[in-house]
Amino acid sequence: MLQGLSELLAEYDVLAAFWMTIKLTVAAAIGALVLGTIVAIMRVSPVAVFRAAGTAYVTLVRNTPLTLIVFFCAFGFYITLQYRIGAQNSPIDIQNFRWGVLGLAIYHAAFVAEALRSGINTVPQGQAEAARAIGLDFTATLSKVVLPQAFRGAIAPLGNVALTKNTTVVATIGVAEASYLMKGMIEFRPDLIYIIFGIMAAGFVILTLPLGILFTSLSRRLAVKR
Amino acid sequence: MTAETSVLFDAPGPKARTRHLIIAVVGSLGILALLFLLVRALAAKGQFTAEKWSPFIDPVTWTSYLLPGLQATLVAAFFSIILAIICGILLGMGRLSQLKPVRVACGAFVEFFRSVPVLMMMLFAYYLFLFGFQISGEALPLLGVVAGLTFYNSSVIAELIRAGVGSLPNGQREAGLAIGLTPFATLRLVLLPQAITLMLPSIVSQLVVVLKDSALGFLILYPELVRSGQTLASLKGNLIPTFIVIAAIFIIINYLLSRLAQYVERRLQARKRGPKQPHLDTTMISPSLAPGGALAVPGQT
Repeated sequence: MLQGLSELLAEYDVLAAFWMTIKLTVAAAIGALVLGTIVAIMRVSPVAVFRAAGTAYVTLVRNTPLTLIVFFCAFGFYITLQYRIGAQNSPIDIQNFRWGVLGLAIYHAAFVAEALRSGINTVPQGQAEAARAIGLDFTATLSKVVLPQAFRGAIAPLGNVALTKNTTVVATIGVAEASYLMKGMIEFRPDLIYIIFGIMAAGFVILTLPLGILFTSLSRRLAVKR
Repeated sequence: MTAETSVLFDAPGPKARTRHLIIAVVGSLGILALLFLLVRALAAKGQFTAEKWSPFIDPVTWTSYLLPGLQATLVAAFFSIILAIICGILLGMGRLSQLKPVRVACGAFVEFFRSVPVLMMMLFAYYLFLFGFQISGEALPLLGVVAGLTFYNSSVIAELIRAGVGSLPNGQREAGLAIGLTPFATLRLVLLPQAITLMLPSIVSQLVVVLKDSALGFLILYPELVRSGQTLASLKGNLIPTFIVIAAIFIIINYLLSRLAQYVERRLQARKRGPKQPHLDTTMISPSLAPGGALAVPGQT
């Protein structure tokens, strides 16, 4: 068994695949956070049109499979419509990576928006009332008083490790991350299937477990004492 | 507008109403402009021609591609959720067991399968059935999809059951023990029925997750809706229209399921707020179980 393990590690670059997973996670997380915050603000804004648009975004995106969204980006926008992100002459795997990140960000923005909205709901009414009483308008109330507390209250649902696991979906468009490598490894070495699954699953446990613990402790440490 | 968020701004006066109207007009123009740009870009690439969309009037498109695909998706989701509920309840009970080895084993199982991606479990199950058990043919991809979805979702449901039991008042367990029930009987007869009822909305929302994740079967050649749609699209050369139609099908089904979950939740809350115990609000039992709380977002897989 040890021999199989060393053979596999010598033949396949497992670390590179997990590095790709990490890159996908970080890039998509930043995108989702930015987009999700905008959608969340739209959902609580005083203007009905923005509220409706925010709700429509969340409803549509949340009910569509991530696989379909990623396909839409990669096969629809990139392959069929020939849209490129960034440099026009960048190779196909870079383009697939970028479109994959965009798909992940679009999908997870809906969940970030929901987490933030539930975070906004945990901020006591008195906070917003006090902010208004000292003369802050909607923008200032939201950005100076409510959102900072909402972010702290939303850390636990935001820190959900789902994004790391969902990056595996971009294997369907050929981005060489962990599950893509696993598929290739099993197809070439079916005799070592248990070891292969063991390595890859352990990799994910190693990635997600500390992240989960970090976010739990962060949410506890940063929780607004009331 | 809900009561929690309306406090962010005052009831608008005449000046603010004018300002909101201006922002609303500008905002909707902006949103419309974005949509228009998207539609125009699609139209410029010839995505709205009759030739691309006419296949959807042809009954053969539906009878040989989309409906069989939808059926395959629903079949996989159905078997997965049934198996996941059964395994999830057993695992949840195991995690609450009096016996430490059972508790630790079930806990390790749940934590492991919650942190491994569904796609990896599907791939593993698929190749294990293929190489390990020499299964091939039509049943193989279905087995892979159902196995992967069951492993993951039974862990999620086990956690829901545990959270549900944890949120029950302590008196329930004490009363069960006081009338002479064994701890296991207390769990089975007193706590579990209440926990399952309490968690019913979350279990229904989990169905949405299962339906969406069944699309991952694409990678192991399961002919679900996305794959059969892609087969259709490569035949007719209308990838984008097909994806739009498939997305619409998923959105309609999942939206109806989420509405069902909300309905069940309202029914349960109405029952809890019945005349006998008017002060008991389910949202007060545990903040994490409140709508919009951490547990209400299991839609994220």
